[in-house]
Amino acid sequence: MNAQTIEKYFVPEPSIYPIIGSISLLLLGTGASFWVNSLAAGPWITALGFAVLLYMLFGWFGAVIRESETGKYGKNVDSAFRWSMGWFIFSEVMFFAAFFGTLFYVRVISVPDLGSEVGQIFWPGFKAAWPSAGPHATEAFESMTWVGKSTLAIVAVIAAAAMLTFAHGPMEKGKKGQLQIMLGLTLLIVVLLLASLSVSWVPVINTALLLASAVTLTWAHWSIRQGNRGQFNLFLALTLLLGVVFLGCQVYEYVHAYSELNLKLTSGVYGATFYMMTGFHGLHVTIGAIMLAVMLARSLSGHFTKDRHFAFEAAAWYWHFVDYVWLLLFVVVYIL
Amino acid sequence: MSAVPHDVAHGHDHHDDHHHGPTGLMRWITATNHKDIGTMYLIFSFIMFLSGGVMALTLRAELFQPGLQVVQPEFFNQLTTMHGLVMVFGAIMPAFVGFANWMLPLMVGAPDMAFARMNNWSFWLLPPAAILLIGSFFVPGGATAAGWTLYAPLSVQMGMGMDMAIFAIHIMGASSIMGAINIVVTILNMRAPGMTLMKMPLFCWTWLITAYLLIAVMPVLAGAVTMVLTDRHFGTTFFNAAGGGDPVLYQHVFWFFGHPEVYIMILPAFGIVSQIIPTFARKPLFGYASMVYATASIAILSFVVWAHHMFTTGMPAKTQIFFMYATMLIAVPTGVKVFNWIATMWRGSMTFETPMLFSVGFIFVFTLGGFTGLMLSIAPVDIQYQDTYFVVAHFHYVLVAGSLFALFAGTYYWLPKWTGYMYDEKLGKRHFWLSMIFFNVTFFPMHFLGLAGMQRRVPDYNPMFADFNELATVGAFGFGLTQLLFAYVIIKCIRGGEKATAQVWEGAEGLEWTVPSPAPHHTFEVPPVFEAKGHHH
Ligand code: HEM
Ligand SMILES: [Cu+2]
Repeated sequence: MNAQTIEKYFVPEPSIYPIIGSISLLLLGTGASFWVNSLAAGPWITALGFAVLLYMLFGWFGAVIRESETGKYGKNVDSAFRWSMGWFIFSEVMFFAAFFGTLFYVRVISVPDLGSEVGQIFWPGFKAAWPSAGPHATEAFESMTWVGKSTLAIVAVIAAAAMLTFAHGPMEKGKKGQLQIMLGLTLLIVVLLLASLSVSWVPVINTALLLASAVTLTWAHWSIRQGNRGQFNLFLALTLLLGVVFLGCQVYEYVHAYSELNLKLTSGVYGATFYMMTGFHGLHVTIGAIMLAVMLARSLSGHFTKDRHFAFEAAAWYWHFVDYVWLLLFVVVYIL
Repeated sequence: MSAVPHDVAHGHDHHDDHHHGPTGLMRWITATNHKDIGTMYLIFSFIMFLSGGVMALTLRAELFQPGLQVVQPEFFNQLTTMHGLVMVFGAIMPAFVGFANWMLPLMVGAPDMAFARMNNWSFWLLPPAAILLIGSFFVPGGATAAGWTLYAPLSVQMGMGMDMAIFAIHIMGASSIMGAINIVVTILNMRAPGMTLMKMPLFCWTWLITAYLLIAVMPVLAGAVTMVLTDRHFGTTFFNAAGGGDPVLYQHVFWFFGHPEVYIMILPAFGIVSQIIPTFARKPLFGYASMVYATASIAILSFVVWAHHMFTTGMPAKTQIFFMYATMLIAVPTGVKVFNWIATMWRGSMTFETPMLFSVGFIFVFTLGGFTGLMLSIAPVDIQYQDTYFVVAHFHYVLVAGSLFALFAGTYYWLPKWTGYMYDEKLGKRHFWLSMIFFNVTFFPMHFLGLAGMQRRVPDYNPMFADFNELATVGAFGFGLTQLLFAYVIIKCIRGGEKATAQVWEGAEGLEWTVPSPAPHHTFEVPPVFEAKGHHH
């Protein structure tokens, strides 16, 4: 193998953006520290940090997009991006794992322990049952109780997740018919899931929304692979819309919980796990939606070809990741 | 592969030894060159090492005699906490990343790290984190004093310094994750043609696995401290039994991060030592494949042993037994490694230049730390040792004589490649012997102190412990001063000396020794073709 046949790897010029990012995080860290300690300057420093962060993100991603569009990235850089996105999502999975582990621990160990014989010595009369706000709860609250057919819903969620995952096989192989069948079946499951309800209920609708968005996203992916930009834009926009509606529903759910159920972040360990898990998930949906919006904007300005669209694929991976996290949340936070 | 280069466009127009682009301070601030960034990592970690060292010496000064002499107990607790945080996150971890930056591209034959700009950000996130950490000494209430493990409920009660530490940890976590992704991708994606995974230098393997551990557990630490933050300020009760939570839950989440973290700090050290010993024994590494498998099994096992830090928290006996045996199991792959290093030296034609001295010293002293670890892993016995100086002795044997000595070894080993000059061998050897002696004078007595029941993290103690404490303090100051000698040797070497050849060491093998010394600013812009020598077969 001589040097001619070997790819040259793209190494960027010196860049000012990282240090700007660092300054922004210093401001954010300082501002947040001040803010949580009720120092007047806190919100201002935090806001400034955000502004600097936005400037950095625009500049940095702008530079990357420019480099990509001017053909500076070859196959090697492409596979570097693929590896890195995969590992990044793995780190996100582990972040959520910390909270899922916490939920497991409080439900299986700490709350039952407080109600055990030994627990009674410290907290006489405390009955260990989930949901729980702990032995020292002062206010009553209602939990997000499940009002559907649990087993059916769980089976439906697992089936839909499996169907979506396997649908990527036919897509890679270019088998339109098979892909349509699998995506269609996923949608059918979504309908079934809705039918499993005895009353209309936000988390189920949200599950349906995210599953449907995964279907539309996969169809968008299929379209770009066929070079059908119009259809790609349409389905990408549809995905984004479903995501935004999801977030809207979540806002509604929180308002409902606070105003009608008296379920708050401070409602003991149930409130803490409920809001932290759904809240961090919602944050990730927001980030995913921003990614999709950027992809839509890029596609509208003519970026991406049928062979080169990894930025979109990365956003799609991320979207699927938040989707799967939701399915797990739906099962362990709401149903079980 | 096609006959035309795909990545035709390249940021640099000229490819020669010289640095183009911004000069002066901007060169460092905007750097996208792995060597520049590696240098910054190393300098930063050395500054942090000295800062953490000053804190440690203050602690030792207070502990020189029973009673309170030098600092107030509150400040003492802040110092123990910050000493731990600064050394772990500021000194040891960044130092290894510095080595990764400098050496991985040279070892795998890549022009740079996979994501050069992100690499810069990984580094430049560290100073803000350090500012938040060190700055927290000066806010009302001072720095966090909850211990480097930041256990709840203490960490839920601290002042503003605790919040600054939490955000510093978030920032350092982001830095570590980005750095680790960069390392994984560089190793997986940018190896020179011909360098299969099982042919790459062991340092690359240990870093690959370390990076995987980092990506897996840094987010978990972020989750843990985030829950502390919300418990502190937003009324959640994760770690409060009154609300159905549990302070012990914090320990579980923390140590799920914490135990892999200690391997994050030792696996790259194993890698460095595995590069050095074959060079100075002039023999290929014994049992290359078993080294790889041992490293991988340590990494896997490290996820299922965390509760050995929690034997006194009242876990069910079954759980204790599981974690006890799982922990003991880790000694097996660790033993394989020690065996392989010794077998590499067996009948080698050895010479003992400073890197080799530190490596052999590492084997001796690190293994002692491994043995005390084994003692601690025995659940019924650990109940006596928990939170005593015996634990302090254990982790300083593995972290100072382990990680730090390997960092010294690596520095001497590659310094000629970095600077182009040989360091002063006589002073280097002196640095080794002084470090070795003072290290043991400092930490060996701590075993006895711990066994006799002296608690860690307390500024005062029973007068019966006074003799050993005096000895330890004398040793600590000796060790601290010795490190100024290290700084002197390095500065002297940067400024000049005997010119280093490309190969530097007679027995050295690998791509990094095929480029001139000092390594030019840009190397391997076209991947070299790698042919494995006698290595690993
Ligand atoms: C054979 C391998 C090892 C075993 C069996 C082992 C076992 C243990 C055990 C059981 C403890 C808990 C002691 C207690 O708190 O009562 C401990 C503490 C510790 N170990 Fe190890 N260890 C090993 C290797 C290492 C290595 C390689 C490192 C780091 C490079 C390390 C760093 C630490 C640290 C920092 C602590 C104390 C943490 C704290 O409480 O602040 N250990 N070890
Ligand atoms: Cu451990």
